[in-house]
Amino acid sequence: MKRRTIAIASGAALLVALPALAGMADEPYLVTLFSRILIYALAAVSLDLMLGFGGMVSLGHAAFFGIGAYVVVILSAHAVEGTALLTWPLQLDGHQSALVVWPIAVLLAAAAAVVIGALSLRTSGMHFIMITLAFAQMLYYFFVSLEAYGGDDGLSLLSRNTAPGIDLGDERQFYYLCLAALAAFLFFSWRLVHSRFGMVIRGCMENEPRMKSLGFATFRYRLVCFVIAGAGAGLAGALIANQTEYVSPGLMHWTRSGEILVMVLLGGMGTLFGPVLGAATLLLVEELLSIYTEHWMVYLGPFLILVVLFAKRGIYGVLAGGNGNHD
Amino acid sequence: MTDVLLAVRSLVKRFGAVNASNGFSIDVARGELHALIGPNGAGKTTALNQLSGELAPDSGEIDFDGRRITRLPIHRRARLGLARSYQITSVFDHLTVKENLSLAIVAHNGHSFRFWRNAGDDPVIRRAIEPAMVRVGLEERADVVAANLSHGEKRQLEVGMALVGRPKMLLLDEPYAGMGPGGAVELTKLIRRLKAEFTILLVEHDMRAVFALADRITVLVYGQVIASGPPEAIRMDPAVRQAYLGDDDMEQG
Repeated sequence: MKRRTIAIASGAALLVALPALAGMADEPYLVTLFSRILIYALAAVSLDLMLGFGGMVSLGHAAFFGIGAYVVVILSAHAVEGTALLTWPLQLDGHQSALVVWPIAVLLAAAAAVVIGALSLRTSGMHFIMITLAFAQMLYYFFVSLEAYGGDDGLSLLSRNTAPGIDLGDERQFYYLCLAALAAFLFFSWRLVHSRFGMVIRGCMENEPRMKSLGFATFRYRLVCFVIAGAGAGLAGALIANQTEYVSPGLMHWTRSGEILVMVLLGGMGTLFGPVLGAATLLLVEELLSIYTEHWMVYLGPFLILVVLFAKRGIYGVLAGGNGNHD
Repeated sequence: MTDVLLAVRSLVKRFGAVNASNGFSIDVARGELHALIGPNGAGKTTALNQLSGELAPDSGEIDFDGRRITRLPIHRRARLGLARSYQITSVFDHLTVKENLSLAIVAHNGHSFRFWRNAGDDPVIRRAIEPAMVRVGLEERADVVAANLSHGEKRQLEVGMALVGRPKMLLLDEPYAGMGPGGAVELTKLIRRLKAEFTILLVEHDMRAVFALADRITVLVYGQVIASGPPEAIRMDPAVRQAYLGDDDMEQG
């Protein structure tokens, strides 16, 4: 068996068995922590789709994450109060069902990505980084000043969304739902990367002028990739709102975008499983070190520099062996 | 005049006070290798950028194969069959031989908003990929990443990509730049081969190559055409000799 297969299979087995292991160790908190890891992994994989395969370095990915989270909390607040979110031009009531709320979260995040992407992708390189950052900060300040929904203080989710046949309030069931969402998104991404569309996207990352001279309308392909990434982050946002039962504008602050970016770099840019490892590493290290010191970043920083300098494909590259070709 | 594939009329492009193109006109006949030469700063690259679509002219018109393309974006021109080659080895280093050729194949076959099916199973690619690899002798190297190919293989791949797209015309932008003498000989052979299949506009500094290859030559000075004709006539032209005065290349060529 190949080293890469072993690495992926053992990681998957560990994640599936985790609630049972946590039960044996009498540490139920682990299930909550790993739900959080899975959700951030989903956000990181979505960023890696555009960063590692499309060559688009965004510092505003948390914007879509935040939109997904706010959709859940705002709709839920209206449902609990029994008030309408909108009465004009159409009647829009609050909602608690995941089957309704989550697709709205994903679609709204995707819609925001269409607008932000269409404007940002007219630039490239440093300008692209700055413009995505600026859009995310605009949204951040918008929610800071949105007093009706908590403003700076954020807003609590009174109860988690409902779904048929599954109790999202149960930590174990919620954990397996997150795992299923991540697995589904990974499978979708894997198909995408190896599809005709994926090939075009990877070509754009490497040499956009050459793609144009081959006859590709590169802008459209990159925009669609940007929107898919935004939609993925929106789903992760809907999950995180349910997990923490609280949202605040901090979810879309640029430092959050930076964290997700670090997860991708740490785990291995341009690999699909790398960002999952990156999210797990970053959050576990944060969890462990913050027991001893609040300045845990001081220790993580040098580690990150070493990884970027010496492990080209991040932690995943080290575990799976050198030239694991884009997957 | 014979069958004109590319007709350019009075292009003007100003950068501030500089007239980089100052009423530039050229006719390229189907099947010929037409060279565009001129001293440094003559506006060769500006002219080429307007033909490929990277720059929009201030005025003037470009007709390609009977269609007005003056305002078309780069990828639309490429789809019509006007292909620009950057430096001659511009394959996608991180993609495999197969993927490189596949990109060239799908570029001219509908859209690529296909998200699910593996690209290798796409019928458009399946049909064309084997012959494309065999034609340039790379079928054994299908899954090798282009970065790991030898220099010669990269060039074979590049030619393969050009052939797959079936362009009507190639715009070659200073292919000899930065090339050693050995490479230059190889390149001349390659361009001879391409010449048999395509109409070519060659923008080049290397006089020896230009006079060896071109059917016709157009000379550009300060954004204006000062002479156009077969190599022998250009060599004898007093205005051209004047422009290149003291340039030994002209004597050697």
